[in-house]
Amino acid sequence: MSAEERVLTGSHFLLGDHACAEGGMAAGCDFFAGYPITPSTETAERLALRMPPVGAIFVQMEDELASMSALVGASLSGARAMSATSGPGFSLMMENIGMAAMMEAPCVIVNIQRGAPSTGLPTLVGQSDMMQAKWGSHGDYEIVAYAPSSPQECFDYVIKAFNTADRWRIPVFVMADELIGHMTERVVIPPADQIPRVERKRPRHKPGDESFLHCLAEDEDLVPPIVHAGEGYRVNFDSLTHDEKGYPATFAEPHDRLVRRLVDKIRLHVDQIIEYEEIFLDDAEIAIIAYGSTARSARRAVNDARKEGIRVGLLRLITVWPFPENKVRELSKQVKAFVVPELNLGQISREVERFTSLPVVGVNHAGGVMMAPDPILDTIKEVVKNA
Amino acid sequence: MPEIVVESHPIDTVFRTDRLPHIFCPGCGIGPATHAYAQAILESGIPKDQHACVSGIGCTARVPGYMDVDSYHTTHGRSIPFALAIALVKPEMEVTVFSGDGDLFGIGGNHFIHAARRNVDINIICINNFNYGMTGGQAGPTLPLGARATTAPYGNTEPPFNLPYLAAATGAVFVARWTALHVRQLKEAMLRAMQKKGFTFIEVLSPCPVGFGSPNDIGDAIEEVWLYRERCVVNHDAYLPDLEIDLRRKDVPFVMGNFLDIEKEPFDPLAMMKNKGE
Repeated sequence: MSAEERVLTGSHFLLGDHACAEGGMAAGCDFFAGYPITPSTETAERLALRMPPVGAIFVQMEDELASMSALVGASLSGARAMSATSGPGFSLMMENIGMAAMMEAPCVIVNIQRGAPSTGLPTLVGQSDMMQAKWGSHGDYEIVAYAPSSPQECFDYVIKAFNTADRWRIPVFVMADELIGHMTERVVIPPADQIPRVERKRPRHKPGDESFLHCLAEDEDLVPPIVHAGEGYRVNFDSLTHDEKGYPATFAEPHDRLVRRLVDKIRLHVDQIIEYEEIFLDDAEIAIIAYGSTARSARRAVNDARKEGIRVGLLRLITVWPFPENKVRELSKQVKAFVVPELNLGQISREVERFTSLPVVGVNHAGGVMMAPDPILDTIKEVVKNA
Repeated sequence: MPEIVVESHPIDTVFRTDRLPHIFCPGCGIGPATHAYAQAILESGIPKDQHACVSGIGCTARVPGYMDVDSYHTTHGRSIPFALAIALVKPEMEVTVFSGDGDLFGIGGNHFIHAARRNVDINIICINNFNYGMTGGQAGPTLPLGARATTAPYGNTEPPFNLPYLAAATGAVFVARWTALHVRQLKEAMLRAMQKKGFTFIEVLSPCPVGFGSPNDIGDAIEEVWLYRERCVVNHDAYLPDLEIDLRRKDVPFVMGNFLDIEKEPFDPLAMMKNKGE
């Protein structure tokens, strides 16, 4: 393997954390700022090795507050910027994830989740941060969160995360978990010219054009064109509520207008964003909803239950946020109950409950151990018995 | 009568005049310091398009928003890592952080020492008015011992930072301290900072008649400015540990000067790659 190459085309036996790093390399990540934290450190280590030879910038920052601030600065200077972290670091990043949302700075954060709260279980698996990914920073804003179920998906969805971030000008999260991050599997990396790339929308106005309002979304997608540092536009980016010119406007009316747009640019386009995998759902009477490492065990439980003649299917979430609420509503007309296994004490199950009046049965463990197929299978059988 | 009313001032070209009036209180020292910064931009020979001005949160942090350059009003304390990223991604840019003492040394202190240690190619201009002005005069990490603030109503019991000493000790290549009265010396120091590669630091002691003057029995801005003027001593060769500011001891001067001006390789994350063939 030549370290000089950005895209390691070929078939590899790769650690999930390393696959995240290779996804960043293939996506053209120009700037990484991060802080070592188990179990995501291998992503940073791989990028520390891989980025400098291709002229990309790797900086180990003093903490995750700085890392996230640097990501926004790098992004608004034109770089494709990413970081990798886990729960405690994710908490520290929340402040400037809000800034990324407010300044509409595209960036990618990989979160290899571990057991939580607080320092929790540094080396052991959890899916503890799923609600934090949606609601962690103060205020209303929208992000996109992917939950990869394999090292291959770590690679694929880091690339997609960059494209989604640039398309919608938002922070995008790759919410893996320790099992996926520390799992080694085959990862196929396509040729460089087959790596999908979405470019940022750029201003049609020339620098100096006084009619240009850099925070005005003129298009139907509600995404304004992005201006980078040093291009001569000399505009203001503000973490305060700002008007279309980018100037502070700390009043009710511009505030509602801005926050509504930041939210609507995603909420009105969820059909272009949401991805999931449907397994045996066509005739299912019971639907399992799972994501990340837990979805792998759920798949096994579904196969075992099917052998016993139980009509159960799996909705595997790939985008957890935005949540596929219409799919849950649609399934509600078909199935009798939902089963939601998670390595937390019920986070995404709450989201499922919002969109169905059917029973939603959680299979939960606070983390530290993988979700085995058996408790999921047992729950399926229990639900069948009570249905 | 000669015509004294003019349509514009040469320095207008560096300001976003459509944002005026500004938010600063009468008597505030941020204005003259901003003027010095604007003048330095004009005289720097670096095109406006290549200047970036970054701030955190607070009164001083509003300054970038008035400058006609790429400007970034970031979160409280986080301006330095933001500026670091701009400087690394766009090394041709002259990146200046213009923010306050509470923002840079209270909530943002960790970022300051690490950026200084790395010798990131950015300039830090710190308006030190000894208090959190935007929130109404609370104690901060620079409030002198014994001075009062709304959260130190009986007088401050914590020793303040000696900022030039801190900057020099942690790795800055240029360190200066002036007051908002020293507009010429300030501009010259800022120009020098813009010429230098690496991490530069300029502290600007600034009157804050509302947040700091009032609770400390300093009648108004003029009186606060007189206090600085009477006690200022210029000594470029001052021994930096002696630069603490103590309002209670009238025999201790406020020492001003350009204390440090040295050369060191600025931070370059790719330095090891470039040296490979040597």
